Amino acid sequence: MEGFMYPNEVELQWSVLIVLYPFLTGLVAGAFILASLERVFRVEEVKPTYRLALLTALAFLIVAPMPLQLHLGHPERSLEMLLTPHRSSAMAMFGFVYLWYLMAVLVVEIWLDYRKDIVEMAQSSTGLRRVLYRIMTLGSTNISPEALSLDNRVGWVITIIGIPSAFLLHGYVGFIFGSVKANPWWSTPLMPVVFLFSAMVSGIALVMLVYMLTCAMRKVSIDMRCLDTIAKYLFYTFIIDFTLEMLDLIHRIYEADESFRSLDFMMHTKLFVSQIVLQIFLGTVTPLILLALTQLFPLPVAVRKRIYAFSGCCTLIGILAMRWNVVIGGQLFSKSFLGYTTYKMGFVTREGLAPAIVLVILPFIILYVLIKLLPPWYEELPTPNSASAAD
Amino acid sequence: MNISRRHIMLLLPAAAIAWEHVLAGTPENSPNFRATDHWWGMLLDITKCIGCGSCVRACQNENHVPDDYFRTWVERYVIRDWGFEHIMVDSPDGGKNGFPPPSDNTGKSFFVPKLCNHCADSPCTQVCPVGATFHTPDGVVLVDQTYCVGCRYCIQACPYGCRYFHPTKHVADKCTLCYHRITKGLTTACCEVCPTGARQLADLKDPADPVHEFLKTHSVQVLKPHLATGAKAFYNGLDGSVR
Repeated sequence: MEGFMYPNEVELQWSVLIVLYPFLTGLVAGAFILASLERVFRVEEVKPTYRLALLTALAFLIVAPMPLQLHLGHPERSLEMLLTPHRSSAMAMFGFVYLWYLMAVLVVEIWLDYRKDIVEMAQSSTGLRRVLYRIMTLGSTNISPEALSLDNRVGWVITIIGIPSAFLLHGYVGFIFGSVKANPWWSTPLMPVVFLFSAMVSGIALVMLVYMLTCAMRKVSIDMRCLDTIAKYLFYTFIIDFTLEMLDLIHRIYEADESFRSLDFMMHTKLFVSQIVLQIFLGTVTPLILLALTQLFPLPVAVRKRIYAFSGCCTLIGILAMRWNVVIGGQLFSKSFLGYTTYKMGFVTREGLAPAIVLVILPFIILYVLIKLLPPWYEELPTPNSASAAD
Repeated sequence: MNISRRHIMLLLPAAAIAWEHVLAGTPENSPNFRATDHWWGMLLDITKCIGCGSCVRACQNENHVPDDYFRTWVERYVIRDWGFEHIMVDSPDGGKNGFPPPSDNTGKSFFVPKLCNHCADSPCTQVCPVGATFHTPDGVVLVDQTYCVGCRYCIQACPYGCRYFHPTKHVADKCTLCYHRITKGLTTACCEVCPTGARQLADLKDPADPVHEFLKTHSVQVLKPHLATGAKAFYNGLDGSVR
């Protein structure tokens, strides 16, 4: 502790788990928006990642509330937020926004898109898998061309609803922070917008990396037309995101209100590595320059692949650092603007590093299971043999 | 009357709820207290506070506040006459045991007692996702600890740092304005022990309360007025440097 903190402020309230919460929901929203590019905006190039993006979004959405649940002082009371929500609280809406997005958008869209495959797999597989697929058909086994065309139309409507819902899901997370007037580091109307664009950036980068990785694991060649298009969208959204973040920063520096000296000091000391080095230089400027190179010069495929992989990783590190700087950074200074505290992260504690690492790995395990259950590849439709080989 | 197994199964949940109600007991009687007749706040006179820390000790004893957490505390400001920009503030152990002499005697120094401002438009109440933090009809902000989920959003939302996370109950905790005392016609523990009368419980709805005369005749200020929280901790002699 340096300077003066109000005595109750010495202890940080929101830990690394709350850093993960906006990070994970951001990946969900971003992945969904990438999927909607193909569905609604007819960007045919990204078709190979359509289903993969939806499954990625679902895997991360399942994990998204876990850090919150772990963080609560009384997790057994968490249902009260749904049963007796306090209408003036931004946080009380979380359960509803989450359930809406999960049940009304993502699950329905995936089900409609996979319905034909599920019915076929229910007929062709055996044993437990057959039971599982039969349950997943929900009794709807009509796969006539008319029925599939209806699926397609309903799916399109769901995606149309899904885009504002994805914006809502993550814009809302930004609002939770942006509406805290007691905290000048958080309190800005730009927060939901910055969160939204950083979510799109991180989600697109994640799906791009997962696509490259799955291609490598399945030993199939990457569709470069698809990858180039994803990288192009990543570049464009990144420019908007970076512009907004810099606007926020420049605005704070130029306005220099009563909190400025305190926040400025923090950026030069406690947040220097995570904000200046990781978020801005490694996580934003580096991938932006590299992606700009791929847009400006006709680079060979091998080089482009490496650039995309490296930029994708840098982007994810940068966005995670951004979440860290918002959540942890916002608690390191005193609301008296007279002092600073330090965040001491535990390791194997309820809110320590170990559960945080588990919560970052868990979505990938869920994604693996989902891919096994609902193969998102378009080139090989599952046959009984390939289904049993997957076991 | 024949009671079948089916009836028992139906009656059990109702019985459980009834038993819980019995266990909860009846609320303490305050026959002469009508919540709607009062509107509580506090007067804090900085010109009178001597930084003895009696209020902090009394509060901790009265309300079983855990060590290193504070429902009320006292800050000492030291502002040198040659550097208004460099304010020095300390509050060793919340000022519980008083203060050591300042290292530098040039300039001015004064004590600022702090507690929950029981804001009329409190940000903590606004953000609570389950409504566990609430306003009483007489203007006190309280936490229902049997309902709080422990998300700590209210602690983030309080601009004055008045809330903490109870280390054993795992819920948000804060000053109750000694609600168990004031509803029985007593004053708060901190006001009771203040040797100089620097802290006075104020009932803004009671025309006989001396607070009205005081507010009429003194320049009184609240903390962080720009945040428009409707704070009801009124400070006399508040220096502009106090945050």
